[in-house]
Amino acid sequence: MAEMKTAAYICKGCELGTRLDAASLVKIATKEGKMNLVREHDFLCSADGVAMIKNDIASEGVTHVAICACSRRAKTEAFNFPTVAMSRGNLREGVIWIRPDTDAARETTQEMAEDYVRMACAEVKAMKVPEGNQNTGGVKTLLVVGGGISGMTAALEASKAGYKVVLVEKAGELGGMTAKLYKRIPTREPFKAPEDNGIADLVAQIEADANIKVYLNATLAKTSGAPGRFKVEIAVESGSVATEDVGAIVQATGFGLYDMNKLPHLGGGQANVVDQAGLEALARAANGGPIKRADGKEVKSVVFVQCAGQRDTTGEHLQYCSGHCCNTSIKQAMYFKDSNPDIDTVVLFTDLRTPGNGEDFYRSAQNKGVIFSKGVVSNVSASGGGCKVKFKDLILNEETETEADLVVLATGMVPTSGPDLDALSEATRAAEGGDEAAKEQVIQMKSKSVLNLDYRQGPDMPQFKHGFNDSHFICFPYETRRTAIYAAGPVRRPMDTVQAIEDATGAAMKAIQAMENAGLGKAAHPRAGDLSFPTARLEGCTQCKRCTVECPFGAIDEDEKRFPLFNESRCRRCGTCMGACPVRVISFENYSVNTVGAQIKAVDIPDEFSEKPRVLILACENDAYPALDMAGMNRYEYDAFVRVIPVRCLGSVNTIWITDALNSGYDGVMLMGCKHGEEYQCHFVKGSELGRYRMSKVYDTLKGMNLEEERLMDLEVAITDIETLPQKINDYAAKIVEMGMSPFKGL
Amino acid sequence: MSDMNQQMTARYKNNFLKEIEEQAEMGDWVKMCMQCGVCSGSCPTNFHGGWDHPPQELFMMIRAGKRDEVLSSNSMWQCVSCYNCYVRCPRKVPITHVMHGLAEYAYRLGRAPKMQPTLHLSQTFWNNATKYGRVNEVKLTQSLYFKDGIGSGIKKALEMQSMALGLVKAKRLNPMEAIGGGHKCKDLKGIHAMLAKARELEAKRKGRQPA
Repeated sequence: MAEMKTAAYICKGCELGTRLDAASLVKIATKEGKMNLVREHDFLCSADGVAMIKNDIASEGVTHVAICACSRRAKTEAFNFPTVAMSRGNLREGVIWIRPDTDAARETTQEMAEDYVRMACAEVKAMKVPEGNQNTGGVKTLLVVGGGISGMTAALEASKAGYKVVLVEKAGELGGMTAKLYKRIPTREPFKAPEDNGIADLVAQIEADANIKVYLNATLAKTSGAPGRFKVEIAVESGSVATEDVGAIVQATGFGLYDMNKLPHLGGGQANVVDQAGLEALARAANGGPIKRADGKEVKSVVFVQCAGQRDTTGEHLQYCSGHCCNTSIKQAMYFKDSNPDIDTVVLFTDLRTPGNGEDFYRSAQNKGVIFSKGVVSNVSASGGGCKVKFKDLILNEETETEADLVVLATGMVPTSGPDLDALSEATRAAEGGDEAAKEQVIQMKSKSVLNLDYRQGPDMPQFKHGFNDSHFICFPYETRRTAIYAAGPVRRPMDTVQAIEDATGAAMKAIQAMENAGLGKAAHPRAGDLSFPTARLEGCTQCKRCTVECPFGAIDEDEKRFPLFNESRCRRCGTCMGACPVRVISFENYSVNTVGAQIKAVDIPDEFSEKPRVLILACENDAYPALDMAGMNRYEYDAFVRVIPVRCLGSVNTIWITDALNSGYDGVMLMGCKHGEEYQCHFVKGSELGRYRMSKVYDTLKGMNLEEERLMDLEVAITDIETLPQKINDYAAKIVEMGMSPFKGL
Repeated sequence: MSDMNQQMTARYKNNFLKEIEEQAEMGDWVKMCMQCGVCSGSCPTNFHGGWDHPPQELFMMIRAGKRDEVLSSNSMWQCVSCYNCYVRCPRKVPITHVMHGLAEYAYRLGRAPKMQPTLHLSQTFWNNATKYGRVNEVKLTQSLYFKDGIGSGIKKALEMQSMALGLVKAKRLNPMEAIGGGHKCKDLKGIHAMLAKARELEAKRKGRQPA
């Protein structure tokens, strides 16, 4: 780019002109901000104001723009100048809206505004226009792993949207678990009877679709590359290996059944006890006629045991509910009742959970005479020609028992999500240390891999709870921790076919979006469209590997010289690598150690005797910063001595910012990030957790500086904390006043 | 009546739910209960005064085949017919009616508790109404007052004296009804034939031997 020419614009609209001394802000921008061009405007986001800026860019050659008006989250359409670097000084939501309009407050309010002008000027000078890397690969073919109902749906949906699809199925035919069902839970009105499993129709559609290429008896031997340029090696049963170029991946590898042999007390392994899949097989064999046991005897009475090895509180079996089994047992009880209403069918449950329209289905089964008893089964044993089921009736509060020809155990879903990466890396470390058992374990774990990614962080997607792939159920369900690889169906969370179909459709759409973004060099969720990407000054790199280990998305590999190798299209632009880097060589064009560092330094620090402390707030731009903006919109007041800098994620916070701030006389630093742990709300999954871990190390530094630990405060903030956040800020500010001013001022 | 009990036991063997579905009025709703317990929570009697089983428990007992315990339970006799449970049941089970159906069936089988006030009132009312095809209020009141003996009957009558005189003055009560049979409906034979036919139809519908 040509020579840098900077410009600052001071807006006087939205009462900014009357509440603040604009002339003084102009002076600050000129003298202290050292901007080449400074203008004020009565209504900057109006057509006239925007035209003025555009004109300056076009005819004055302005390359760096500092807009001192409202929050960076407001008026983004008006202030959209993609060719120049731009910063925003938040004078409206950040200053006048959170301060009272009184004579007493005028001075501190003005000082606050002046600091934000200084910060905006300093920031923009440290920024570059992100150019985006268009050479990251533009393959627009989708790979779907798994040919069950989820996989087939994803393939068909992508094809309907006009994309080519490669479908890889491990078995010899399409259909997966659903194909093994005699019938499925009803998907449409009136939800009263089991319906056809629908697989034949889907398979016919796949076969007739020229966009979809199917590999049967095939697995992924290796997946390398990045979004837009994945290379997959597909191992076919014959031993040959096919190679395909794909842009994105949908992993719909479904589930396996929890092994009922682990449930001997419930009769797992006994002759007249089957799991739900076992009963489907019997029902398929009967095909509408009388259902017969393995020994050929016609079943006259059957007991269904719900939650067999599920929702287990002892930790021995599955701890979760698989969601479909109550409806499945209702369906299977109907197999019996529909063939002969005189067959005794009893469902023993603790809580009958019928998601979707299952309530109608449940009622229909009751109407057909299926008996539902609230009871906990303690033992199933062989008795006479059948089974004796001992259970505690929870309504009548008594131990009782019943006899049945056949017992069906509702065992749960176990996701086919590959090895747990943490366990694998631990085993690998032990194996490298020469542990023979660990070596065997590594081989065994790797053999379970589904994707066989050649990523530095491991061959599959990271898991969250109970082996399911990590994805945020509520906020962004399809996202995983591997960019452009989406999980769909029961590999993501337990679900039935109706949910799996919806899930697969969503995942296919997300995958298409990811491919398109990758081709343009743009980031995927949550910074969708961001063109910046991290680069490292490798000459300064010490090969500590923190960035490659910490990246929540496994975006960074290592090159042959063991330097970090950034895969831009895998990157979500959270900046965790930048926060992790101890030598601070990683930066984005428009977000770096410098852009934030310059803002921290730009703030005017009054001397020790001024009674004007300064508190730096580093606020997550996804939750905390919008919450602060909304507090402003609601005119909730907070302390005038805080200076807020938005960060991409708590994970991007480099400890140097904290130590620099405290060294230069700030009296306190407040970090605002999302909840982490099991119920995390971090948009980058691990970012806030990693950031917090890093910050815990700063307390030692504080001790070394002879500062109180309370000078650094870590606050968990959700976007909904609009009302409570101002109070928390004020409390902290009061605490700082109580503690006294920092001894580092003016040094 | 115990004939009928034996008859039914033999017919349904261990399937008490089916027995209730076919024999007790509204009994076919029992299977639709989903054990939420809203009925019990809504009951204004609060199960004070010795309810044996809340409604949903009674339903569960039927499904569990506890014939003796259900039929000899006092629960269905305690229902005050406020219809709270029926209104609130998420499954629209007519619980009040089911309770009445169970009570009636238990009575038919000769399993109803002896000297149960609700049973006594129902029986007295039924006999009174069917005898002459009309309710004779004076006689009905009489038989209720003197249910527990002469002494308590006179005491109750004296307590209600002023109300009775008021009713007589307003011509709502005719003391002469107490003498003889009181007035009857015009076609007494017709009424009795109708009731007999109804019994016959019920027996046929429920597969019972005509009484």
